[in-house]
Amino acid sequence: MSIEGQVRIPSGCAITSVFSKSGENISGRLVVDSIATMHERSNGLGGGFAGYGIYPQYKDLYAFHIFYDTLAARQACEAFIDRHFDVVNLSKIPVRKHPNIIDEPLIWRYFLTPLPTKLKDSQLDESEFTKRCVIRINDSIEGAYVFSSGKNMGVFKAVGYPEDVGDFYRLEDYEGYCWTAHGRYPTNTPGWWGGAHPFALLGYSIVHNGEISSYDANRRFIEMYGYRCNLQTDTEVITYIVDFLHRRRGLTLAEVASVIAAPFWTTIATKPAEEREKLTYLRNTFASLLITGPFSILLGFDGGIMALNDRLKLRSMVVGERGDRVYIASEECAIRVMEPDLEKLWAPRGGEPVIVRLNAGAQGR
Amino acid sequence: MPKDYIYPEFEIVRNEGRCTVCRRCEEQCANRAHAFDAATSRMTAEDARCVDCHRCVAMCPAHALKIVQSSHTFRPGANWTRDAITDIHRQAGSGGALLTSMGTPKDYPVYWDKLLINASQVTNPSIDPLREPMETKVFLGQKHTHIQRDESGRICTELHPQITLATPILFSAMSYGSLSYNAHESLARAAQELGICYNSGEGGLHEDLYHYGPNTIVQVASGRFGVHPGYLKAGAAIEIKMGQGAKPGIGGHLPAEKVMGDVSRTRMIPQGTEAISPAPHHDIYSIEDLRQLVYTLKEATDYKKPIIVKIAAVHNISAIASGVARSGADIIAIDGFRGGTGAAPARIRDNVGIPIELALASVDARLREEGIRGSISIIAGGSIRNSADVVRAIALGADAVYIATGALLAMGCHLCRSCHLGRCNWGIATQLPELVSRLDPEEGKRRLVNLITAWTYEIKEMMGGMGINSIEALKGNRLMLRGIGLTQKELDILGVLHAGE
Ligand code: SF4
Ligand code: SF4
Repeated sequence: MSIEGQVRIPSGCAITSVFSKSGENISGRLVVDSIATMHERSNGLGGGFAGYGIYPQYKDLYAFHIFYDTLAARQACEAFIDRHFDVVNLSKIPVRKHPNIIDEPLIWRYFLTPLPTKLKDSQLDESEFTKRCVIRINDSIEGAYVFSSGKNMGVFKAVGYPEDVGDFYRLEDYEGYCWTAHGRYPTNTPGWWGGAHPFALLGYSIVHNGEISSYDANRRFIEMYGYRCNLQTDTEVITYIVDFLHRRRGLTLAEVASVIAAPFWTTIATKPAEEREKLTYLRNTFASLLITGPFSILLGFDGGIMALNDRLKLRSMVVGERGDRVYIASEECAIRVMEPDLEKLWAPRGGEPVIVRLNAGAQGR
Repeated sequence: MPKDYIYPEFEIVRNEGRCTVCRRCEEQCANRAHAFDAATSRMTAEDARCVDCHRCVAMCPAHALKIVQSSHTFRPGANWTRDAITDIHRQAGSGGALLTSMGTPKDYPVYWDKLLINASQVTNPSIDPLREPMETKVFLGQKHTHIQRDESGRICTELHPQITLATPILFSAMSYGSLSYNAHESLARAAQELGICYNSGEGGLHEDLYHYGPNTIVQVASGRFGVHPGYLKAGAAIEIKMGQGAKPGIGGHLPAEKVMGDVSRTRMIPQGTEAISPAPHHDIYSIEDLRQLVYTLKEATDYKKPIIVKIAAVHNISAIASGVARSGADIIAIDGFRGGTGAAPARIRDNVGIPIELALASVDARLREEGIRGSISIIAGGSIRNSADVVRAIALGADAVYIATGALLAMGCHLCRSCHLGRCNWGIATQLPELVSRLDPEEGKRRLVNLITAWTYEIKEMMGGMGINSIEALKGNRLMLRGIGLTQKELDILGVLHAGE
């Protein structure tokens, strides 16, 4: 059977998240309990988490989490890493044996920073250099797969039900200001860990529920800009789109939202002149990055989170708030289990981004 | 000379029981195939004059007429077919090239018919275009993704000049001269009502049609007929015609008898002269020269109009397109070899060039490989027959499509392939006033508007089926296509999987 990347596998899903605006430390356990309530939305074929603010001791270093199929893959990849980065710390990611989590690859973690000479020669900025190295490894080193590459954040994912994946990675040992989680319902069984979600690149991580109908239009456009959609998943292409628009083209997140879930032309026509011109410009310029079909995504980024639904709102997504905490999930039950006593609960409209950021001066920044 | 006698291809069959001898067929047929025989008080027919345009059939009040293909036959053979034999007889008699019109009738593969379209089931909902918004608006022009902001951080929204289309279909170039004034006016009125564009073709723009400018593409071809600064500024865009799918590598020819009155004035050439556009542009012998013409036209129009470069689909199309994309042009129009023509040498039309499907797929892929797909929009033409062909063309990578034969059919053309004779009984490809008046521009417009409205609705239905609610998400979305009965090589060029994969 073909693995993820050799074929395109649609899937349904569950997503959930918690965010502390004041940067309080939240245990990974909380979000594991949350995603567990939506057990029925997954089918045991993929689960994962992203935590932000979890590596304060190395917050200025890139944290690479890598799956290796073989020792040879690890050696090849480490040789590549040594040629391009200064590795400050490396270790296996600690895991706990779990009866439902099997066939685990080798799972390693590296804290590193680009070698100054290499970086200078490349004439790229640090993030672009690092991104290209990640894409190089994933594209060309057989059996090695970087599944997390941001600073002060990390992705943990596996084939299994998400709550089992959380146990396996001992997420109760991590604390951060933001967690997102994903349970997957793919429509066949690739059984490959890299195919689980979140998908992450540098500080961006995406969990997504839906199946986008614009996939190949989006993929073929973004691949013009140096990205390789090896996994053929929606989440991968959406992450690259966000990286391209937000990091490389410098659009704000709200502008990114108005590209990928662009307002209808009839809506644009009702806006004041300046707004209308801007929306028309963005929609025209980035026409091929419009995403159609059902999606609800949670985009984690350094210092914040953005939730976005497709413009017809073809997937459920609700937001709850209490105090400095914001909760966003596919279903309300996943929020209630984290905070039964909410001050606010609402369903954002299709195409309307919900952007939450750390307060100024909050720790974890 | 009896050797040259060729038995007519069509026979006019009159049902004598129904015929009331009203003589309408006689009056309607500009080829004078029908006549009244005073001696017998019956109608007679001269089959050899019939071009199979169906004008008499449609106009006969008694439905007494039909045209049938003659059963007269040579000794059957797969190699020396009727056409192969009669072509030789004709040329041995005349010593000339064989002239014809409209798209090739030859049995080449039509890849559109081998591409199947997707629909959503279960994992992804289809969308009902009657209940949900479904968007077909497109902009054609260069799109560069570098964002510039002013001091206050506002995005500078200035773009390269664009054409806006309410639906991704344009009427492609058909010159005034080859077409009648009424046909041109029908196209102009329809384009205006539909929010799309028609194309003047290479014969200039009749002064009465200038007010349709925002819906007009003005063409500059190698003959430069009717080109002056006012003309260039009149349209929404300017098209440089480098080639035409039906006759790659050769220019155009409007016979002297059509160059009369307004046609001669609009073309800015003397009455009764042959209007011959040379095979190449004599100021374009290479790609740098094209760049100069592109910028000359931009200078002449203050950089306000997008420049389209139209090329025929030939073997090296993707390399040529890559050059065009770097020439400063805003839009490239690719014309496949099944495209129509008002007159072309049959041997060229039937043998030179490649199908639009393969040309489009390889150009789109090549421009993406080079990372310059955003520098140019693509219009695909050359036998788009229905809305499913439009969907397929866009999924292969086109921004919009050009239609011409389809538009003529909508106005009443019956595809008799005799446009070059100048006696179009439907008032379309003729300059004879009594024939031109048969096409009412308002009626022509109404039928064109109906056609494009119907297609647009069908496009929306197919998009909705795929779970796509905006045309831009269909563009280049080749996963929405699957090949059927194609070889691996064909699939690779088209960039699609086989059905079942
Ligand atoms: S138009 Fe019909 S009815 Fe009239 S003369 Fe001709 S064949 Fe007879
Ligand atoms: S336009 Fe007129 S002459 Fe040309 S094919 Fe159509 S019906 Fe015949």
